[in-house]
Amino acid sequence: MKTERIVGTAVPRKEGRDKVTGQAQYVDDIGLPGMLYGATVRSRVPRGKIVKITFGAGIAWDEVVVVTAKDIPGKNCVALIGEDQPCLADGVVNHPEEPILLLAHEDRHLLPKAVKAVEVDYDPLPAVFTIEQSERMATVIWGEDNTFKKYLIEKGEVDGVWEKADYIVEGEYFTGAQEQLYIENNGMIAVYDPEHGVTVWGSLQCPYYVHKALMRLFGLGENKVRVVQTETGGAFGGKEEYPSMIAGHAALLAKKAGRPVKIIYDRMEDMVATTKRHPSRTRHRTAVSGDGKILGGEIEFVVDGGAYMTLSPVVLSRGTIHAGGPYHWPSLRVRGKAVATNAPPHGAFRGFGAPQSLFAMERHMDRIAQVVGLTPVEIRKRNFLKPGLTTATEQVVGDEIDLSGLLDRGLALADYAAKKERFARENATASGQTGKRKGIGMATFLHGAGFTGSGERYLNSLVGVEGLVDGRVRVLVSSTEFGQGTNTVLCQIAAEALGLPYEDVEIAQPDTEEVPNSGPTVASRTVMVVGKLVQSAARGIRQTLVAEGRLGESYSREEFREACQKRVAEKGEFFSWARFETPSGIYWDDEKYRGEAYAAYAWAVYIAEVRVDLTTYGVTLEDFVALQEVGRVLHPVLARGQIAGGVAQGIGYALYEKVIWQDGRMQNGQMTNYIMPTSADLPEIRVYFEELGNAHGAYGAKGIGELPMDGPAPAIANAIEDALGIPINAIPVLPEDIFAAVTAAGDVHVEGRGR
Amino acid sequence: MSAGQGPGEIQFTVNGEARSVRAYPMERLLDVLRHQLGLTGTKEGCGEGECGSCSVLMDGKLVNSCLVPVLQVEGANVVTIEGLAQGAELHALQQAFLEWGGAQCGICTPGMIVAASHLLSRKAAPTLEDIREGLAGNLCRCTGYIQIIEAVAEAARRGVGR
Repeated sequence: MKTERIVGTAVPRKEGRDKVTGQAQYVDDIGLPGMLYGATVRSRVPRGKIVKITFGAGIAWDEVVVVTAKDIPGKNCVALIGEDQPCLADGVVNHPEEPILLLAHEDRHLLPKAVKAVEVDYDPLPAVFTIEQSERMATVIWGEDNTFKKYLIEKGEVDGVWEKADYIVEGEYFTGAQEQLYIENNGMIAVYDPEHGVTVWGSLQCPYYVHKALMRLFGLGENKVRVVQTETGGAFGGKEEYPSMIAGHAALLAKKAGRPVKIIYDRMEDMVATTKRHPSRTRHRTAVSGDGKILGGEIEFVVDGGAYMTLSPVVLSRGTIHAGGPYHWPSLRVRGKAVATNAPPHGAFRGFGAPQSLFAMERHMDRIAQVVGLTPVEIRKRNFLKPGLTTATEQVVGDEIDLSGLLDRGLALADYAAKKERFARENATASGQTGKRKGIGMATFLHGAGFTGSGERYLNSLVGVEGLVDGRVRVLVSSTEFGQGTNTVLCQIAAEALGLPYEDVEIAQPDTEEVPNSGPTVASRTVMVVGKLVQSAARGIRQTLVAEGRLGESYSREEFREACQKRVAEKGEFFSWARFETPSGIYWDDEKYRGEAYAAYAWAVYIAEVRVDLTTYGVTLEDFVALQEVGRVLHPVLARGQIAGGVAQGIGYALYEKVIWQDGRMQNGQMTNYIMPTSADLPEIRVYFEELGNAHGAYGAKGIGELPMDGPAPAIANAIEDALGIPINAIPVLPEDIFAAVTAAGDVHVEGRGR
Repeated sequence: MSAGQGPGEIQFTVNGEARSVRAYPMERLLDVLRHQLGLTGTKEGCGEGECGSCSVLMDGKLVNSCLVPVLQVEGANVVTIEGLAQGAELHALQQAFLEWGGAQCGICTPGMIVAASHLLSRKAAPTLEDIREGLAGNLCRCTGYIQIIEAVAEAARRGVGR
């Protein structure tokens, strides 16, 4: 079946050489003549009216460029789904760290002092900080009911199932905020010119999101705004929406100063002011038959969106659709809700709502197993989706996926049965309340690739491939590289489609003046959706050359090069374009939230083995198996890197990464007190693939980037419960949380549990 | 130079070349490398010595250049990522990082490779555990470290530390 030469092989990363030699140009590595540095004055209160702004002593203010909301030429908003978030607060602030004023100066060392010297007096307003406070609506801070968005999924007749149930199992599960913690902080350089408009260069995921936001902010047409992505040092969703804010700030300063302006956040500003993963609360109520079959259930999924809408409706959408996991629900009602609090807006982070609702689902499956008296393995096998069955949105499972078989393979790889038995025996005979306990747990899950529902149709992505004057070809997309391998894989696909060596294909730097809008680089859509368009556009180049008689049906590299060179020499620019078309038979109802939610799903089984130390209450991962079906693996090294890296972030989500909140502000905005995993903290993450293929993706690929974020946290929490006999229903779970749980339980007891 | 407040002349060797800069004594070595010498391969991730992105070698020792006041490098021998490759030929560690997927977004990569070269200079044949411990001061958010560790092990096999 595998006839391809390039797809499926580990070609060198396109920009890899620049990265390993330190030559890659990130935004902070770039300077422009006459450039100033910019800084942001931010709110120190969660909510209030701005009464007075005083420019304090000790700063030569006539040398400082100052921008306020009054300097905004267009609409004062960061245009995204809604336009409720101001670019600069105007009279009122709604969260700590909200931008109020901008300063620029040529001496970047002076700026922190200048920021401190600006004194803002507030008339405080009552604020809300938790989902529960927001729901109570004693204080309304957004709209009429503190609610950004609600969804309702209804499948079958759920109200009739409760009386037929042998068991009704309830549970409540919580997940915390998580910082993306890309190692390159946010940054942007802007230039303003009355004739050409605004140009920005920066660290970002979605050039056309920034483009749209700047057009609105400046009231300019699309040809007067140019956005260029520089090498981006990690993003993980964290550079999906906030770069629009920073680009606006840099551009406003540049316009006022008449000089280029660079804004680079330091680590603390990046951590406390920019987006994080939405905290969540999920409630399950499930009707189960005596033999462990799910009859139906209700799931209520709520996320804390922070002070403005930003991307919360779409994060909520993905979380709501994934809330039922990879299981067959004869009937199901899922209610999703995103609420407002006076914290900085929460935003995109790898997984995008699914890690939250899947944590709840996978913890709940272990709970159901206990209530019914089945093993975690058996309860899952009795309820897995199968080909022909339907998901929560009544999408028929089209993949020939055998989840029981996938689970069996995962269990064998992890040596699950033997370990489960041995740990239970050793834990039972361990002395007293000290020493070490071991446990093993699993998560089985799915992740939809691409935009939800009708999203891809609205995006209407356009991709180009260009034949160059030297006879090579160039891929033109706004899809960005930030570590995942976009550049490499899209070039592989074009090379494969054209029958050219990988070296003969390059990819353009994302620049809205040069590349079409191939959509945002999010939602595990790049390889599957954009890749398929690249394949199609590349074929168009070949078809043109063949149709014009310049090339035979089969050709050598040299023949192609010569034909392409001649074509460009004779007829000028040589482009081939491909636009997204909804595959036939795809149906989605935005009102009822029913139909084909995603063009493809990846499927996975993750198994975690933990050791809990009852002296330190520390949890150590001893082994981690990540087995997934992601369609065709187009680049084995990059794919493995995506999974291992995502698992590491998931381990951090479960065990290390706790945002400490006080009055809506993150208190631990440093790498010294917000802890991400180091190389010494992680086990060997063992990555395995199954490859079923996918008719909708380039060369059979599905999405891969977000999937590994979903499974680690529930697998680890399930393993800790296996070790201690104490349920862990909230993450992150740090040693102090284990201590509290053990103390509250009064005992660790493991006998006779979960065989 | 004296440790006074005003800027002064500081001389040191960077990547084998004698350099002279005029800087405030308490300026960070990181800033002097990046802004004055144009050596932007050394990155800033946290500015407080946690992440290791700014790792350089100073007289053979691994340091976080964000924590080194430039007055301390007077007369010292500093090596940055730009000093590892020999002309067009990549250092064996750089080559191994390329092949084994040790670099994803690339922002931690220069510091990570410098730290790895320091590790291999002390221990030519490290175990995987040695590598895990040896690189624990350099944070990577992309890889989960697995492919970095494999790349360093491969470079060791190819004889980097010998």
